[in-house]
Amino acid sequence: MSAFWNWYIVLFVAANVVGIVWLLLATARRKRGDIEQATTGHVWDEDLQELNNPLPLWWLGLFLISVVFSGCYLAFYPGLGANAGVLGWTSDKEVAADLADNNRKLEAVFARFRDQPIEHLEHDQQALTLGHNVFVNNCAACHGSDARGAKGYPNLTDNDWLYGGAPDTVVATIAKGRNGVMPPWGPVLGDQGVEEVANYVLMLSGQKADATLAAAGKARFATTCVACHGPEGKGNPALGAPNLTDNIWLYGNTLEEIKATIKNGRNGRMPAWENVLGADRVRLAAVWVLAQAPHVETSSAPVAAAAPAAPAGEAKQP
Amino acid sequence: MKPLPKLVLVDDSLYAAQAKIYPREIEGRFARLRTIAVFALLGVFYLFPWLRWDGRQAVLFDLPARKFYIFGLTFWPQDFFWLAWLLIIAGVSLFFVTALAGRLWCGYACPQTVWTEVFLWIERACEGRRNQRIKLDAAPWNTEKLLRKGAKQLLWIGFAAWTGFTFVGFFTPITDLARETVHFTLSGWETFWIVFYGFATYGNAGFLREQVCKYMCPYARFQSAMFDKDTLIVSYDVARGELRGARKRNADPKALGLGDCVDCDACVQVCPTGIDIRDGLQIECIACASCIDACDAVMDKMGYARGLVGYTTENLRAGKPLRLLRLRTLLYGGLLAFLLGTFVWGVAHRAPLIVEVLRDRNALYRRSADGAIENSYTVKLVNKTQAAQRVRLTVVDDPRVTIADRSDVALPPGEVTSVPLTLRAVSPDFSGMVRIKLAARDDASGVAATQTAQFFVPEKP
Repeated sequence: MSAFWNWYIVLFVAANVVGIVWLLLATARRKRGDIEQATTGHVWDEDLQELNNPLPLWWLGLFLISVVFSGCYLAFYPGLGANAGVLGWTSDKEVAADLADNNRKLEAVFARFRDQPIEHLEHDQQALTLGHNVFVNNCAACHGSDARGAKGYPNLTDNDWLYGGAPDTVVATIAKGRNGVMPPWGPVLGDQGVEEVANYVLMLSGQKADATLAAAGKARFATTCVACHGPEGKGNPALGAPNLTDNIWLYGNTLEEIKATIKNGRNGRMPAWENVLGADRVRLAAVWVLAQAPHVETSSAPVAAAAPAAPAGEAKQP
Repeated sequence: MKPLPKLVLVDDSLYAAQAKIYPREIEGRFARLRTIAVFALLGVFYLFPWLRWDGRQAVLFDLPARKFYIFGLTFWPQDFFWLAWLLIIAGVSLFFVTALAGRLWCGYACPQTVWTEVFLWIERACEGRRNQRIKLDAAPWNTEKLLRKGAKQLLWIGFAAWTGFTFVGFFTPITDLARETVHFTLSGWETFWIVFYGFATYGNAGFLREQVCKYMCPYARFQSAMFDKDTLIVSYDVARGELRGARKRNADPKALGLGDCVDCDACVQVCPTGIDIRDGLQIECIACASCIDACDAVMDKMGYARGLVGYTTENLRAGKPLRLLRLRTLLYGGLLAFLLGTFVWGVAHRAPLIVEVLRDRNALYRRSADGAIENSYTVKLVNKTQAAQRVRLTVVDDPRVTIADRSDVALPPGEVTSVPLTLRAVSPDFSGMVRIKLAARDDASGVAATQTAQFFVPEKP
C-alpha cells in the first residue's frame, strides 16, 4: 500500500468516527429557540398523531459504545491504513491455522492406516470410505466414478493391469505417475504395413481379420512390435505395453482405431499424485481401487479370466 | 390529547433517562393465568433438552450435522422448507390471535414477559414489595442494601447463566455440555453463546424490561395493524368511572357526583409499562391485565361491580354487539387452518429415502470390447430413517438398460451413502439420450424412492 492510500484510509476512517461522534452530540440537545412540542405535527387518518418523545438515554449510550468498539477494533485489527493492529491478525494466518488444525485431525485418522498393509485395509470400512472420497475427488475425472475408465483411461476394475496390479505397484503408479508411449509407426510401416499389422493384432485378440493381411502383418510384428509387446503379443508390464491377445482395449478394438493407434502412436499419461495428495491419501486411493477389482463382473471379465496373459502374481483372481 | 408520558428530562437533552418502573405485586385471575403460562413455557424450555428419545436427546438442533431432532421426527436440510413453513404458521397465528384477542402473546407468552416475570419474583424475594423497593433504592448504601442487592444480582446472574446454558443445550448435547462445564473444557463458541444468551437474558429481563416492548419490539408495532373495533383489548369504562375521585367506603358516589373510579392509582402502580390505562388504548399496553386484577380487587372492597377496567372491545364498550366472525378473522383463520393442514400432511409424508443420480461429466459414454455401451454415475442415497436399510437398485420399465455392477446397497441409519453405478445397454438399437428411471427399494421395510437419469448412446456405436 502506498503512503498516499495509507493516509487516505487513515484520515477517512478517523474523519468518519469523529464525524459520527460530532453528529451524535450536535443533535442530542435542543437548539436555543426550539419550542418543546408534544407531537411531530404529523396527522394520519384524521386524528392519529405521532408523539415527539425523547429516545431513552441508553440509546445514546449504545451509539457511544459502538464508537468505543470501533476504536478498540482499529487498535487490535487491521483497518487504519497499513497498520496491522496489535494482534497482527491476517486472513492468511487464519487460513494457515485452520489448515494446521484440520491436518492435526486428519493426522490422527491417517496414522492408524500407516503400519497396516494394503491387503488388510481393503477390509477396513473407514479406509475404503476415505479412499473412495479421494478417488471421487481426484481420479474419477478420468477413470470415471465407477473406476471403469473411458477411451484412453484404463478400466481399473477388470484385473488387467498395464503396469502390474500388486499393491505396491498400484501405489507407485498413483504416487509417481506413468507415461505409456506407443511411438507412431506410420512413417516406418507405411499405409500398407499399418493395415497388415492392424489385421494381425485383430487376429491376436480373436477378432475377425483378413487372413492374408494378418499373415503379412505377423512378419512385420516380429521385427517392429515385438520389442515391447513380446513375441506372442502378450505385452510387458515393465513398460506398460498392453497385452494384445485379450479383448481389453484402451483406445478401441475396431480396425480403424487400431490402425490409428499404430500409425499415429499413443501417449498415455498418468500424472504423479504424490505431491498433490500426499502419501497417506495415495495409499487410501489404492486401497479403494484394489477393492473394486475382485468383486466386479464386467463384460470383458470372462475374456480376461480366460486369457493367461497377465504375468503370475500380478492379477488378482476373483 | 393525552398528556406526555412521564419522563425525566435531562436539561435540554433530546434523550431522556427512563424512570424506573416498580410494578406492584398483584394477585388475581389473570395474574394466576400468567403464572401458569410462565411455568408451562419455561418448563418446556428448561426441561426439554434433558429428555431422551430413542437413546438420543429428544430435542436437539444439531447444526454441524445439519439435522434437527424433535422427539420422533428428524429434520434434514431437505426439510428446511417445513421449518420455514412453521415460522410462517407462527407469524399467521400471531396475526389471527391478535385480530381476535389482542396482544395475548405480549401479556402471557412472550419470552420478554415470561422472563421479566421470573426476574421480578427474584427481585421481590430479595428487596420486598413495591414500597420497600422504592425506599431501598432511595436509601443510602448500607449493609442491608448491599446484602439485598447482592443477593438479587447473584440470583439473577445464576438464573441467566442457567438460561444461557440451557439455550446452548438445544444445539450441543446438554449432557456433554454439563460435563464440559464441570470440567472447564467448554469450547470457545459454547462459552461465547452461553455468556451471550445469559447476558441478553440478564439485561432484557433485569433492566430493559418494558423498554424492549416500547423501543425494540417490531411485533408491538405491527400488532396495532391487526386491531379493529372488535379486537379484545384492556379498557377502562370511562362512562362508568368518571368523574373519578376518592370517597369513603360507604359514601354514595351519585350524591357526591362521582363515577365508580376511586382514583386509588392501583391500576397505574401495577402496570409493568408504567402507563395509566384510564388514558385509553395505548401502544405501550401489553395487555397483561394486571390493571384488571388490581381494579377488580378494589371494586370488590368497595362493594362495586367488577369490570371498571376489563377485557372488552371498542364496539362492546359502545354498546354494539360482539362480532367474532369478520373478514379479518375469517381470512387469518382460514389461512392458518390451511397452513397447519399442509404442515401436518407434509411432515407426515416426508420422503424417508432420497435418491440422487449424478452423471459423470467427463465422458458421455464408454464402449466396451463387446459393443455394449456403458454410462457411469454416482448414486447418493439418503437414508432419513433411524433404521438401517438394504435397498436394491433397479432400472424401472426399460429392459434396454441394465445395471452392470451392483444391486444391493446397505444404508446405515440417518446417513448419506454414495456409491458408483454403471448402467449398460447391450447392443443398443437406439441412439442419443434416453430418460431412465432408477428405483431404490428395501423390500423388508418397503422404503422406496425413484429418480430419473439420462443414458447416452452414440449415433454410431
